[in-house]
Amino acid sequence: MMPDLGKYADAVLSAYGVSILLLVALVLLTIVQGRRARRALIAIEKRSRNDG
Amino acid sequence: MSMSNETAAPKRPSGFWSYANPVKFLGLTERVLPALWLLSGLSLVVGLIWGFFFTPDDFRQGSTVKIIYLHVPSALMAINAWFMMLVASLIWLIRRHHVSVLAAKAAAPVGVAMTLIALFTGAVWGQPMWGTWWAWDPRLTSFLILFLFYLGYMALWAAIEDPDTAADLTSVLCLVGSVFAVLSRYAVNFWNQGLHQGASLSLDKEENVADVFYFPLLVCIAGFVLLFFALVLYRTGTEIRLRRARALLAREARA
Repeated sequence: MMPDLGKYADAVLSAYGVSILLLVALVLLTIVQGRRARRALIAIEKRSRNDG
Repeated sequence: MSMSNETAAPKRPSGFWSYANPVKFLGLTERVLPALWLLSGLSLVVGLIWGFFFTPDDFRQGSTVKIIYLHVPSALMAINAWFMMLVASLIWLIRRHHVSVLAAKAAAPVGVAMTLIALFTGAVWGQPMWGTWWAWDPRLTSFLILFLFYLGYMALWAAIEDPDTAADLTSVLCLVGSVFAVLSRYAVNFWNQGLHQGASLSLDKEENVADVFYFPLLVCIAGFVLLFFALVLYRTGTEIRLRRARALLAREARA
């Protein structure tokens, strides 16, 4: 199934490996930061309402 | 001449401008994001698998041609992300819509990642084809400067405490950096020197890569574009929430 990349295997595989890693890291970081911000805002809004 | 005593009700923005309202913008993102995540993931998986496993080697470049499915879409998005930031920054400078400048802020890390992918894949592609990882070629150099502008833009946001001042200054920086975004795209046309070739894709069909590489490349480009929009919409939502949280905390501190 794996294509024969010949003498350029290192170049092609490192391009795919690093790019996919960067994209996955970007998506994960985005989601983690988003969830953290959402939770923080809910907590602050709740506290503000309780304090009147 | 009589003057009317009636006071006109403030006109509510409609259409596109109504999304300058953060609540309305968040409502829109909640509705469209699931489809955007799904479509971008699907396009990327299909495009990259198609390109990596089911396309032949190029007669001159061998298997390195497979790098095109990452290099071209990421370079395209790196440049267009800056143009999106430029439009959003101009909207901030002219109309003072917070959501627009927060969208520009949200797009910068995505643009950095795209630029980094384009630079890295370009280097590992260039080494076997040109015999060097890097050359001070007009397009490569303007691309590197664009990368530095992205970093500078993010650093400026982080360095200034007052959000409106930060928005003003980063918007001006974005205007200046646009020169290098344009150069990254058109340097090859301006100066007929350097190693980097012209456009891989063009409306002029004669300049395009062969069909066998072209169609999976289009799917990958669609994947990168959709991923960019998904990430920017999600990150803009995060910026809006952080801004609201900061405002509430400031109100608490004053009380």
